[in-house]
This record gives sequence, structure tokens and C-alpha cells, in this order.
Amino acid sequence: MPKYQDVKKVLVIGSGPIVIGQAAEFDYAGTQACRALQEEGIEVVLINSNPATIMTDKMMADKIYVEPLVAESVRKVIEIEKPDSILPTLGGQTGLNLAMELAEEGYLDKMNVRLLGTATSAIKMAEDRQAFKDTMESIGEPCIASLVVETCEDAVSFANEIGYPVIVRPAYTLGGTGGGIANNEQELQEIASNGLRLSRVHQVLIEKCISGWKEIEFEVIRDGKGNAITVCSMENIDPVGVHTGDSVVIAPAQTLSDKEYQMLRKASLNIIHALDIEGGCNCQFALHPDSFEYAVIEVNPRLSRSSALASKATGYPIAKVASKIAIGYGLDEIVNAVTGKTCACFEPAIDYCVIKFPKWPFDKFVKAKRTLGTQMKATGEVMAISDNIEGALMKAVRCLELGVISYDLKKLKALSKKDIVRRLSLVDDERFFVICEAFRRDVDIDMIHTITTIDLFFLHKLKNIVDMELRLEKEELTPELLAEAKKMSFPDKLIASLSGISEIGVRAMRELHSIFPVYKMVDTCAAEFEAVTPYYYSTYDSYTETVSSAKKKIVVIGSGPIRIGQGIEFDYCSVHAVWALKEAGYETIIINNNPETVSTDFDTADKLYFEPLTAEDVGNILEIEQPDGVLVQFGGQTAIKLTQALKDMGVRILGTKAEDIDAAEDREVFDDILEACKIRRPEGRTVFTHQEALEAANELGYPVLVRPSYVLGGQGMEIAYNDQDVQEFMDIITMIRQEHPILIDKYMMGKEIEVDAICDGTDILIPGIMEHLERAGVHSGDSISIYPAPTLTQKIRDDLVNYTEKLAKALHVVGLVNIQFVLYEDEIYVIEVNPRSSRTVPYISKVTNVPMVDLATRCVLGEKLKDMGCGTGLHPEGNHVAVKVPVFSFEKLHDVDISLGPEMKSTGEVLGISTDFSEALYKGLLGAGFKMSETGNVLITVRDTDKEEILDIARGFRELGYQIYSTAGTAEFLMKNGVVSATVSKIGEGSPDILDLLQEGRFNMVINTATKGRRPERDGFKIRRKTVELSIPCLTSLDTAKAFLAGLQSSCKKNDLTMVNLIEV
Amino acid sequence: MKKAYLALADGTVFEGKSLGATGTVIGEIVFTTGMTGYIETLTDPSFAGQMVVMTYPVIGNSGVNREDCESDKVQVKAVIMKECATHPNNFRSQETLESYLISENVIAITGIDTRALTKIIRTNGAMNGVITTEEPFCFENYAEAIQSYKVGAMVEQVTCEKAYTVGEGDISVALLDFGIKRSTIASLTSRGAKVTVYPAMTKAQDILSTHPNGIMVAGGPGDPEECMTMLPEIKSLMTSGKPFFGVGLGHQLAALAMGGKTEKLKFGHRGANQPVKDLACDKTFVTLQNHGYAVTENSLGAHVAQVSHINVNDQTMEGIRYVDIPAVTVQFDPESKPGAKNETYILDEFVNKMGGNHNA
Repeated sequence: MPKYQDVKKVLVIGSGPIVIGQAAEFDYAGTQACRALQEEGIEVVLINSNPATIMTDKMMADKIYVEPLVAESVRKVIEIEKPDSILPTLGGQTGLNLAMELAEEGYLDKMNVRLLGTATSAIKMAEDRQAFKDTMESIGEPCIASLVVETCEDAVSFANEIGYPVIVRPAYTLGGTGGGIANNEQELQEIASNGLRLSRVHQVLIEKCISGWKEIEFEVIRDGKGNAITVCSMENIDPVGVHTGDSVVIAPAQTLSDKEYQMLRKASLNIIHALDIEGGCNCQFALHPDSFEYAVIEVNPRLSRSSALASKATGYPIAKVASKIAIGYGLDEIVNAVTGKTCACFEPAIDYCVIKFPKWPFDKFVKAKRTLGTQMKATGEVMAISDNIEGALMKAVRCLELGVISYDLKKLKALSKKDIVRRLSLVDDERFFVICEAFRRDVDIDMIHTITTIDLFFLHKLKNIVDMELRLEKEELTPELLAEAKKMSFPDKLIASLSGISEIGVRAMRELHSIFPVYKMVDTCAAEFEAVTPYYYSTYDSYTETVSSAKKKIVVIGSGPIRIGQGIEFDYCSVHAVWALKEAGYETIIINNNPETVSTDFDTADKLYFEPLTAEDVGNILEIEQPDGVLVQFGGQTAIKLTQALKDMGVRILGTKAEDIDAAEDREVFDDILEACKIRRPEGRTVFTHQEALEAANELGYPVLVRPSYVLGGQGMEIAYNDQDVQEFMDIITMIRQEHPILIDKYMMGKEIEVDAICDGTDILIPGIMEHLERAGVHSGDSISIYPAPTLTQKIRDDLVNYTEKLAKALHVVGLVNIQFVLYEDEIYVIEVNPRSSRTVPYISKVTNVPMVDLATRCVLGEKLKDMGCGTGLHPEGNHVAVKVPVFSFEKLHDVDISLGPEMKSTGEVLGISTDFSEALYKGLLGAGFKMSETGNVLITVRDTDKEEILDIARGFRELGYQIYSTAGTAEFLMKNGVVSATVSKIGEGSPDILDLLQEGRFNMVINTATKGRRPERDGFKIRRKTVELSIPCLTSLDTAKAFLAGLQSSCKKNDLTMVNLIEV
Repeated sequence: MKKAYLALADGTVFEGKSLGATGTVIGEIVFTTGMTGYIETLTDPSFAGQMVVMTYPVIGNSGVNREDCESDKVQVKAVIMKECATHPNNFRSQETLESYLISENVIAITGIDTRALTKIIRTNGAMNGVITTEEPFCFENYAEAIQSYKVGAMVEQVTCEKAYTVGEGDISVALLDFGIKRSTIASLTSRGAKVTVYPAMTKAQDILSTHPNGIMVAGGPGDPEECMTMLPEIKSLMTSGKPFFGVGLGHQLAALAMGGKTEKLKFGHRGANQPVKDLACDKTFVTLQNHGYAVTENSLGAHVAQVSHINVNDQTMEGIRYVDIPAVTVQFDPESKPGAKNETYILDEFVNKMGGNHNA
């Protein structure tokens, strides 16, 4: 029973697609919220456009609407479901903005819907820059000299008053979108005008730059009675100036004396009281390093990425507690679920250190600007726990899967000491590596401090790591030295390479001297009370706290940080695998290091280990747990990569075997399998050198696909049209040492088809066949994908089922398999086979009602599909069409080409569901953020080969009433074919040119296809980047443009969409 | 680095590194879960006679500033840590924790599994032990001394030698020193009080004859029953009609003076995160605490006293309002950590009752 008796049906708004600044943490928060409400017997109605989430799972809510997160659909859902309340503070900024919009327009009052948790007025007070500043002033909490402005002129005049540099922060945006530091008037003009445009309320804050101050955060919770606690303090090792999402963060705060700590704790509590928050809140402070002067940077009156981190760092379930508060409970009435006896009204005590390290997408976007500032660029993060700071830092670097096991980058070796010192002033993703390199070159620590302004305390920690490296290099490896290195969490492999002993030798020495890790608990209370649902981390200490039970147990390897190509969908799969295993009576153990996810929630698996996903770290756990088997097929490439090493340790890999996983990746073995199955694939070669690559490409004939093997999301994959392209791509790929050959394939521009299947070794079940809207060449993760496949003949379907079955059997798949085909001139070719879970599993499971991971897990455990009640073969199609549309985060990443290609670029996805294809497509596009305006101005500039095809598209837009603009060549072609088009000047060919017109807001849509090469100096690249900066939709594939047009042409109206309750599909 | 050994009464031995002074020390081992405030903890007289385990593993990060000390010396008998920072950094730091401990001649041990030790204490209760740097280590050499150790009457060791006055306010407070912290005095002077601090053994009559506006009894270390001789004096002070405020040991002694009982808690309440509920206003606060004894539930009749506060974790009594006399006592620290306004209202109330006017 909820405390508020009148709360019986609650609408929860999710956060939508994963974008930079809003990732899996809101799936975690939303899932906890739904559970907390259901526990109370409340009926939960959920709306979220992101199908890859756990929260949109059928067991999470009573009604689930996977619908676009726009006011129109939320209103519609409210009209259908008539909830009495709405919970807006757990769905990130997206959920909050939507709820605020509905509240402000009086809609919620009209519909008698109560806003649970923090009141609208309080949210406004925190979110509106001026209101917030006034409130802070009224309670005596200092803010940074700043002014809210609505014009560039005001921005400039205020900056002149307080002096440069200044920080620009737009109001109501995610992850600081559109913000930045301006060092002079010109930069300010640029950043401020961009920020003003991106802000929902057309306001930006101009603020005195306090770069170099300590950045301290507090997570605070308050209930309706006014009880308030701070859950956790966090210190950004990167001082003020780097977005907290891009900062390396340590919890608890380390460099504060009790006086400063209490001063900021008190300030946090004052703020949460003044804002009258009911729920969670994040307070960020800047603290002068040499005085007690501080300033409030920002307050988030909702759950945030930091609250997910604080939650995982302390064990305190913030989202759950915030939900209970929202329905009327006091903190003193909520039980601390970790101890099971103490109450939630306490401040967690932790007896370890936690490091959060961001995961950036620069390994994929090699041309992106890597510098870090006020705009977040990380796609995900890892969390590492140890009893010492050095150890946590060392674990964190392994969690990142950067191909390194310490703060040591080969490419920095080539730089001179002088260059290294120069690089220190560059604030980018490699800064910690550069600092360590500087220590290796004997750069003075004070000099490093002066340049980086990172606190000497932390610099000493990094230096300790480098000092240990040097000792391992110079000294004889004694048991004492080895023990010290292991305490700092140096992996055996690193110790081996530094001390010149083999890894096996190091391991043997550890065994001889009993140097083994022990596992300690995260229990919210520093061992003061016994814990019932703890989780574990390793240290090299004396006593272990983990006890291997006598039960049958299985380990599920998680998927690590969210990155492009490996997102939340693998967490979905890991969590479902755990649930299925529990159902089958197994004890479940998860190993993962991503603090944002449901899989690392304290009550998902029976046991959770927060550890790096390397062979040694995982092996150590397996040695203690002695599980009956390990599941790798649900944790994406991260888990798959461990297969061989685990097998070598004698671990039982459940489901598809290591050698079969390898067979799918090994070119020659796989070719043999295809031949035996009589299935074609695009012709290809494996190469190692530039020369071989060029020969292969010429032999196959351009265009060709170039890519490394064993990668995620088509990492490093490009279409090469000529020798020069091949050279360039090979240069990029070989920047990282390749252990496996590089693949050169004939590129076939056909229709791409994707199949996910479950195989029990005998039978297969294909829940559905998906067809991609874009032709082959666009990565499957970036394509619009349609289920059920709309254009395939029965013959093709039969063949696809047949091929899938053959391949699954040939690879001895037990569990999940994902196969991508291309249909080219009516022939089916296989592009790739992934004997593991895939990106599409969650959405297909949801729309077909086939619980794929559950079935796959049961297959792995030995059950047969025919006994499971979901049938075998191709599952019958339902009445609904589902269209998956990718979502990108290009506005956060400078210098990245947005044109779609074989390398994946999207960060998330949305789903449109309807019984009608055009409505599903319309919903998908709307959910993905397209404005779908029925008239407007469209700029069309396409490469010559696309001119024929653009004609119909242009005509379609024209018929809708759009004005067409194009450059001379295209315009002439269109006019000749009877489509009226205005001509615009190319860049630099007269004023105003395309860029000028874009800047002044002439176009509300751009269709641009990339010429080959995609070099930044090209016009197309500049145009595309400009559209991103100005938030103008830019379609780079003609197929997407056609689909978009079809969406517009359909009779769909934003405010008249049919809402689909997924439970009833 | 020199080795040090920590042995518990139950025979458990931890080998670690010596830090600070060398030699041997025997005491009662207790743990504190505070993540900051190590210097305040080490100098808190309530820890007199005890060896303190810091559950947070990296201690000493912000160095030592003697301004932060709660008394003029280190009060704990020894410090037990996992790691002590070698390179602290804070603008107010005067020295490292290690050098401070050396100058204060305090024995410390690092590099041991503090969590395992904490769990032993959690399970078995506060326990005696020895820390020594003598080698070779042999448990039997210390077993008897460990067994027979008692914290004993610590108040006499920590109370001031003679009365002194701090502050220049309009209202005068007589503060009986059972091992008070500097921050306790400061919490009164900052509210406009002139505080006269008296040794714990001062007669009630001597205090009352100075006509203070109010009386406060605060501290302190050890078993309240070691202070039985003081009870009649405390009772006189409580029943004098003056506003009376008891804190910590003062809370326990007041209860004993009025006929109540106290009992030893298994492992005490020590740390900055103890939740306490004010039953009258149904609000819960996170408080700083450091005590090993509590007033026994129902040991005072309802006609004598009303329970005003309880510990939300274990429901033990944390505050009492006495019936018919203006006496209020609390087990937790009403301010020493300058928390949000909420937590200090009891102190404000006391000051207001004395005729001060503190609305903060």
C-alpha cells in the first residue's frame, strides 16, 4: 500500500534513446522505480521510446507504451490510461522536460494528474538559471558571477564586465549540449548563439570561468517530511572545466578536510531544503583549492548519471528510495535493502575507494576532436573499486577495454619530453596517460600540477603507479614486491612484461607465496551491520568475504561500458539470462563494471562482482566460485573476447563452444562452412599489409569493404572506392596493432536482411526476419530496421530460414545467433554470423512475444525448443509492424562526419509500433527526434550518381509544399525534369552561400549524400557538420530520405497517433 | 619499514607496518566509520583509553592542521589504519598524519585488513587488544595484560584541571567537563554564550553559587558507572531549576542520577552517520556519535522522564526530556559537526531557554 492512499495508477516517463549525456543510468533508475511502485501494489503505466531497455519489459509495468517521447503521445497515453499520478524525476532530462511541459500548460491539472515527487515550482527553481541563482542568494549559498541572457549582445557585454574566459551554459539541455568556454568575443558569439538556439527556453548562462577549482558533488535525498541525507560525496579528479560526465571521479571525496567536507555537506542540505526537493538531487560545487571559498555550480532536481554512480558506489538504492518518497514514505520508514534491518535515513559509510572512468567514442571516431570541456562526449563509463586509490585506477584502465592494461600508450613513446610537457596542457581523453608518461620522463610533479591543475594528492597516486612500474623493471621480483604490485591491482600480464618474467611465471610465484585476491563487500555501512544483498570487489588483503555456495551456479559475463556498437541491449540480455537462470533454479553470478546498468543493481543476480572483464580478473573469481558454467554469449563482444582464455583455464563455457565462436570469425574456417552449406558470401580476402590490401581490392574490383576482424559495430569498417581510400583506411586500422588479419570484401549494394535465431542444437526458432530500409553499406546498427520484413518473397523467406538453420547447425550454435544477409540481384549472400546475442534481440523479443534470451538460456541449460511452447522454425508474424530508428549524438562530437556508412555511429535507437507500416515509420522518426514538419524548405545536394534517384524524392517534397533548394548542378537537373528548385551558392562561391543560409535558418531539412573520401575539408562535410551544430535534420542516405518522405506523406498527425500497449501486442 | 603487530583478546593476530611511535600499547579496540574527520576523532576525549580502527582505508589525505583538534592532544591510545597518506595535500595542512603521531608519541599500525578487524568487533563486541612493535611477537607475552585491561575511570584523565572561561556573551553557561570537545564549547560561544568550563569533580554548590543561566554536562569516555560519585552533584544541578543540557556521557550520568540504568552496547555507535529520530516532530537526523554505553530502555519511569529521541538503527534511547524539570539530555553530538540547521535545534532550544535568542 502506498503511503498516499489516492495513488493507485502511476505514469512513469522514461528517458528515450541512449544519447551522449543520457545513457543506461535511466534504465537502471526507471527499472528500480517501476519495481518500487509495483511492490506497493500500484498499477504502473510506462512510456519510453527505447526498446532496448529492461524497463520496457513486460514484467516491469502493467501497461507499456513504446511510443515517441513527445508531449502529444504522453497526452494521448494519459487520456487512454487515466493515471492519477505521474513520476517524472527518474527519466532523465527528457522525462522531466516532458512532464514540465504538460504541467506548465495546465494539462496535468485539467486531467487531474498529480505530479509525484519534487513539485513543479521546485524543479523550475533548480532548472531556471535566474530563479536558481536568486534562490541560492536568498539562502546565502554562493554562486559564480553569472548572468542569464537571451541575446548574444547581452552575453558579450556581461563578459566584458566579468572578464574572459567565460563559460556558456544553455538552460534545459542534456549533458551541457551547446555549452562551452569562450576565451574571447568571437568565440563567445559563436557558442552563445548556438546555445541560445538549443535551449528550450532560449536562455544561456554566461559565467565566470573557475577552471582549476576542485569539483565536488554530493548526492542528496530528502523526503516530504523534510528529512534529508547526503548519500555520497564525489570528487572529480579533473578539476572544474571538464564536464563531470567526462571527468574521472573518485568517491568519496579525498582531498577535503572535515571542515570543508562538512561545509559542502551542509550547503547541499541547505539547498535541498530550500528547493523543497522530494526525492533525489545532485549538487555540484566548485571549491577553491587554497581557501574555503566555494560556489554552487549546478543542482539537478532529479536522478542523474551521478546518482547512478553514487548508488553503485555506496550500495544505497537511490532510485528505489526516491520512488518510495514520491509516493509518500519518509526516509525513516524505508528499509535499507542492503542490510535488511537498518533504515534508509542514514548516510552510507564506505570502506573502499571508487573510481569512475569515462568511456569515450574516439576509438571509433578517429577524426573527432578529442578535447574535453563543458560538453560531455563520453558514451559510457566504468566503475572500479579497490581499497586503495592506485588499485582502483589500475582496475579502471583495464575496464575500459582500450587495448592497454596500464596508463601507458605506445604512441606517446615517440614524443620527446618537451612534447609530452606540451601535451600536458591539452585536456583530452588521454590526459591521464600523458601524465603517467610525463612521470616516466621525470617531469617534475609540481610542473605537472601547475599545467594540469590536478590536485597533487591525485598526481602522487599516479606517480606511485609509475614508480611501481619502474621498480618492477629495475628490481628483482621478490614476493614482497609482487605482493605490493598486486595490492595496487597490477595485472600479472603487466608485472610479467615489466619484470621480464613470463605471465605463467608470475602466476606460479603468486601461487607459491599465496598471493591471491580476496573479495570484500559493498554493504553501505563499512561492515557496521551485516549485509544481506552485498556485492563484491577484489583486493589483495588477508580475509575474503565471499563464500562459494554448494548450490548449482552459473556466471554471466557482462558487457562493460556503453559504447557505440555495444550498448544497453547487451545489458538487457545479461539481465534476462540471469532471470532465466534463477527461474531454472541456479544461483546466478554477474561480473560487470558498468555502474549505469540494471545488471549491476544489487538485487539482479544472487551475487555481483564489480570487476574488470579481463581473463585474469574473471579467472580469479571463477577459481573461487567454481561455477557449473559460464555464459559469454549475452555480454556482447566484451564477453565473447574472453571465451578462448576461459576455455584455456578449463572453464566450462555454456552454449556455443569457443571453437565455434572462433569459426564464425575465422575467414578460412568460415568459408569452408559456407561452402559445405552451399551458401554464398560476398567474395573477400584476408590481408595483413597495405600491399596485400591493394592487391585484394583490385582483384575483387571496387568498391570494397575494408575492416579488421573481431570488432564491434563495424569499428574501422569503410567502403573504399579506390586505391587511395584503401591506403587511408589501412593507415587508420593499423594504428592499433592488429592480432588478426584485416578483411577486404566485395561490396554489394543490395538489400540488407537480419535474422536473430535461437538454436538448441537440433531445432531453431526465428522470432522474426528484419529488413533494413537503407541498402547495404550502412551499418546495421545505423539502419532503419523493419519487422516483419515487408518486401521479401516467400521463396526468399524460406531460403533465409533454411540458411539460418544450416548455419546455426554448422556452427553448433546452442543459444542465440545473429545473421546478416544481403539480397543482391535476387541472390542471398551472408555478410556475417555472430553466434551471440545482438542489438536487435530486445526489440524483437518485445514485438514478437518470444522471450529470446529466456529461451536461449534454457537451450544452453539443455532444454529443447520444442518443449518450450514457442514453436520452432519461423515464428508466425503478428499484426504489428515495428520500425527501429537509430539515434545519433553528433551534436556532442565535433569533427565527426555524420554521413552513414559501414562503421556504426549511432548511440541509441527508438521503436515505432503500429498495425500500419507508415504510422510505425512515422512514430519511429518522430521518436528519433525528427520534427516531421509538413512544409518547409529542403536543401538537396547529392553526388552525381544519386541525381536520378533524387528526382522522385524532390518531387515528393515539392508536392507536399516544400520549397526545394539546391546547388547549380542539382537545380538544373531538377528543373529540367520539371521540379522547381531555387539555386544556392556553393561554399565560398558568393554570398550568401549554403553555410550562410544554414546559419540564418533558411532550411529545415537537408538531404546530402557524401562523395567518396569524406575528408573534412570537403564542402559536403562542412555542410553536414553545420546541420548538426544547428540541429537541422540531415539525411545522408537516399533510402532514409525516401522513408522520411513516406512518413510525411502518410496521413499521420503528431497529435493523432494510435498508442500501442505492448502488453497487448 | 618497521613491522607492528596487532593482537586481539581472542588471539587473532594481524601483522602490519608500524607508523608513529614504537613500543607496546594495550587498550579497548573500537571502530569508527567516519570518512573524514580523522584528526577530530583522534583528539576526541571520548576515545580516551581506546584504540581506534578507521574503517575508511585511506587516512590522512588532507594532512594535519592543529586548529582542527578537539582537545590539546591525541586522546586515542593507538590508531589502526589500512593506509596512511604519505603525500597529503590541503591548503591548511601543517604536517603529515605520520609526523603528527610521532610528535604526539602515539603508536599506530597500518597495512592490515581493517575490514576483517571491524567485522570481528561487530560480531564479538568491542574487544581488548595490543599493538606492539617488539619482535619477535609472542601473543602469550601480552595475553594476561589484554585480558585484564579495563578502560576504567577515564574522566579524571581528560577533564580540565581547573575552571576557565571562554567567550564574552550575555548568557552564562556552566559546562561540566567530562571530556569535552573544543567544538562543544564553540557551539555555545557562537550562540552568544559565555562558557565557564569546570572540572568534572566540581561540587554542584560551587557552580550554582555563580548563578549561571544554564548548565551543561558533556563528554566523554568510558563506562558511566565509573562516575557514580558524581551522581548526587549532577542530580542537584538538574533539579536546581536552571536549564540543564546533558550530552554524551552527560546524558547517561543524568539518567543514572535520576534513578535510571545504563548498559554497554555491543560495539557502540561511532561515526558520522547515526540516524536519530525526534519522536515529537517525527523527524530523523543523521548525527555524529561516539559512545559505547546507552541508557537502558524503561529504566526511568514515565513520571520522571520521556524518551524524546531514538536511534533508528537499533531503537536505543538517544534523548530524554525530564518531567517537571527543565532538563534535556541527548546521547548524540548536537553540533560538533556543523550539519544543517535541523540537527542543531536542540542546542538552540537550550540557549533560548537560558534567555539567549538564537533563531538560527
